[in-house]
Parts: sequence; C-alpha cells; structure tokens
Amino acid sequence: MGETRPDRSINIKGLVCPHTFVRAKLAVEDMEVGEVLEILLDYPEAARSIPKSMEDHGQKVLKVEKINETDWVLLIKKEKD
Amino acid sequence: MEFTEDQLQRYSRHIILPEVGGKGQKKLLKARVFIVGAGGLGCPVGYYLTAAGVGTIGIVDNDEVELSNLQRQIAHSTKTLGRPKVFSAKETFEALNPDVRVNAINGKLTKDNIKDIFGEYDIIVDGSDNFPTRYLVNDACVMLGKPLSSGAILRFEGQVTTIVPGEGHCYRCLFETPPPAGLVPSCQEAGVLGVLPGVVGSLQATEVLKLILGRGELLKNELLLYDALRMTFRKVKVPKNPDCPVCGQNPTITELQDYEADYCAPNIAGARSPNIAGGRAPHRPE
Repeated sequence: MGETRPDRSINIKGLVCPHTFVRAKLAVEDMEVGEVLEILLDYPEAARSIPKSMEDHGQKVLKVEKINETDWVLLIKKEKD
Repeated sequence: MEFTEDQLQRYSRHIILPEVGGKGQKKLLKARVFIVGAGGLGCPVGYYLTAAGVGTIGIVDNDEVELSNLQRQIAHSTKTLGRPKVFSAKETFEALNPDVRVNAINGKLTKDNIKDIFGEYDIIVDGSDNFPTRYLVNDACVMLGKPLSSGAILRFEGQVTTIVPGEGHCYRCLFETPPPAGLVPSCQEAGVLGVLPGVVGSLQATEVLKLILGRGELLKNELLLYDALRMTFRKVKVPKNPDCPVCGQNPTITELQDYEADYCAPNIAGARSPNIAGGRAPHRPE
C-alpha cells in the first residue's frame, strides 16, 4: 500500500492547546471532503488531543507518528463538511 | 477574510465548536445587529454580542445614565453617570472588543426613522422598557421581514420570544394591542431583581447568535418564561394568529404608528390575558 499523499500541510510547531486544534480545524474547514491534511507539531498533548477532537468532529485519522525526539506528524482525512 | 493572530486567540473557543468553526465566526464578524435600548436588557445583549465578535452593533436610547441604573445595567458605571447611555455603552463595548463597530444613536425610534435605521441591520433585539416602542419595533420588523429577539422583565420574572416574520408568530399575535395607559404597573413602582435582565438578555443574545449561525432551534411560536424566585423555565406555545392585524392574512395595520407613551411597563403580560395556548397570563404561577 502506497503512502497517502497529503493535499495540504501545516506546521504548528511552537503552538500549544487550544491553538493547535484551532489551526488544524481551520485548515480542515478550507479543504474539500476526501482531501488529506498533514500536520507537523511538537506539543505532546496535541498529538493525543487533535486526533481525538478530529474524530469527534467526524474526520478520519489516518496516521499519528512520532518522527523524532520532539515532533509528530498527523494525517487527517476530511470526511465531513 | 483571514483571521488575524489576535482573532484566532480571541475566538478560539468559538472556532473549536463544531457548530461555529471558522466559517461561523466569520458570519458573526460580518453580522449586523441592532439593539433597541441601552438599559437592563440592551447592556448584556450588547456585551455578549460584542464579546462574540458580532461585527456591527447599532444601539439606540435617549436616556442618560443614572445611579439607579447601575444595579443592573452592566455596560454603564459610576464614571459615566449623567452621560447618554448609548455613548457609555459604546465605550464599554469598544473597550471589550476592537473588532466591533458600534453605531450609537442618542435619540428615539419613531415611525418616521425606524425603517431607515432597521434597514441597515440583519437582526433586531428589543430591550425596550415601554409599550409604544415595543409595538413600533414589532410592526417595523414584520413589515421589513427582519428577525426580532424580544425580551421583557419585571420583578423576578422574564419573558423571551423570537419573531421570524413569515415563519412564526409576531408580538401582536401574542398581545394584539398595547394596554391602556396606567393599567400595568410602572417599572419604577414594580422593581426588578438586578440580575434578572442579565439572564434574559443572555438568552436573547443566544437567540441572536443562533440566528446568525443558522444553528439550533429558535423560540419561534414559543414564549419562554423564567421565574427567578422558583428558578423555573417554562415554554408556552404561541400560535401565529391568522387574523393578526399586522402579520395576518388580511392585515389592517399597513403603516407604522407612534403610540403616545405616558407609562413605562416592561412586562406586557402582567395585567392581561395573552393569546397563548391555555389562555392565561403566562407569567402567573400555576
């Protein structure tokens, strides 16, 4: 299975909750249903809370990956407008 | 429009709500709401709409701030005693949120100016303290097709209803004509618990935000009654009256009229039987 290519990427390193989710949610709002958002972040709490909140809002979490000592990458597929 | 960094922070708790989001917050920032009265109800309505980022707020009142107002009229202060209420409120709102433009009218609504004023706004809020204004505002909203959030308070009891012309009842469906002068006790005589307009005004502001966002269920064809002493909320149905003189099938009121005001009575239901299901005065305890 090939790697999912994101349609859009945001870097929210340095931001803390709830601004991490605010940025992620605004990015998803601006996308079409079916598109995938890549999120780069370094706030540990957000690595847990953003996927949960996205699912609560009806979106699909494709990936949560810690890529180095400080950073995570999330892939979120927009399923609901 | 894109949010500024300050706006992202200021409205973050709205933006993360599924029912609001960035799109809803932009609707709020573009909305235009007019508040009738800068008193007990107008102060909390304006305060919360300003905090919510409603972009343009108009407000009218022809009174000055008095010491006896400060027990409940939270946009004014001892520093603004003697000043026109609308300017006092404008200062308070603008200090709270610089995103909001406040158009203050230090004067009275009349049959000659009301349509021009209301014409520039999306939603009207009635926080007036007298019947002539209440009927003038209702009739103008019906004729212009403007949604109206109506609130009233007296002593420990409050009432809220939302009028969406063409979709539900109007104020005259509830109370067809103003009561005779002197029948209903004046607001100075009757008294009011200071926090009561805060509750009722907050409910009105909630209805306004829902109208702007297009979310939730409104108090259409319903009157919400709040009793602060018993701490009860109760809804009564308010059917649209097909024979209503202003919003009925064959309206007899087709032009605005000014009623002579020589009384001041915020609680319209106090002395009369309204046209509600059950047919009794809605604020009386069961």
